[in-house]
Amino acid sequence: MIGIDWYLALSAVLFIIGVIGVLIRRNAIVILMCVELMLNSVNISLIAFASHHGDITGQVLVFFVLAVAAAEAVIGLAIILAIFRNNLSIDITKVNLLRW
Amino acid sequence: MELTAILFYLFSILTVGAAAVMVFSRNIVHSAFALMFALVGVASLYVLLYADFLAATQLLVYVGGILILILFGVMLTTQGHNLNFKSVSVNLIPASILSVTAAGLLIFAFTTTAWAFIEPVERSETVYELGMLLMGDYILPFIIVGVLLLIAIIGAILMSTRLATTSDTTSSDLTE
Repeated sequence: MIGIDWYLALSAVLFIIGVIGVLIRRNAIVILMCVELMLNSVNISLIAFASHHGDITGQVLVFFVLAVAAAEAVIGLAIILAIFRNNLSIDITKVNLLRW
Repeated sequence: MELTAILFYLFSILTVGAAAVMVFSRNIVHSAFALMFALVGVASLYVLLYADFLAATQLLVYVGGILILILFGVMLTTQGHNLNFKSVSVNLIPASILSVTAAGLLIFAFTTTAWAFIEPVERSETVYELGMLLMGDYILPFIIVGVLLLIAIIGAILMSTRLATTSDTTSSDLTE
């Protein structure tokens, strides 16, 4: 049987890949996808803990995370479309209207 | 090696590989399809952890909903010219320093902690218990999440439609 530490290691690796993507990419849609990946890695560790403690409450938490992730994706894409309409680009280094 | 271990390694390699392709790919459409493979791999890991309802929900919500939404976003905002990776990435050195530090902290945290865990309980189905919890102890967060989704839908519609009800001068000012 796979121990919980392997699931936690996988979750950490996925989270770090998501962090790298958020930090280095310039395309706003790829950044949104990396945020989804980070939420998924947190879900893996939550379900691993829930399963290895014999308690199903962690899965309820994952259910709420899924709902909030859906709302976040919808709002994020609407914001990206609004930025694209104003700038004709979704390069986040060109979104510098409020930058000093 | 038993079957669950082989399946775990297979699906985790699939997930991590697809995630790496997603982050380091030059083409945004390749990134979106790599995200699909990563999400399917995560759903298979849920099945390995006896979370069947959440695996189905993951497939429906992420692969069926959010990924299609992201592909629509790609199609609506694509520029049409391919850039090399140097020009699609920024801040490579500070980002690598920060992420290596974060990875070190995470690995230190879970290798030095003595996790008190039991063997996973084999469940045939989780839907009944999950439904009892959602409709019992967690009814208030459930309702709040429903209201949150409603507000998100209304906000997305408001932000993504052009303001057609206002007069011509103001609408052209706002959309310029």
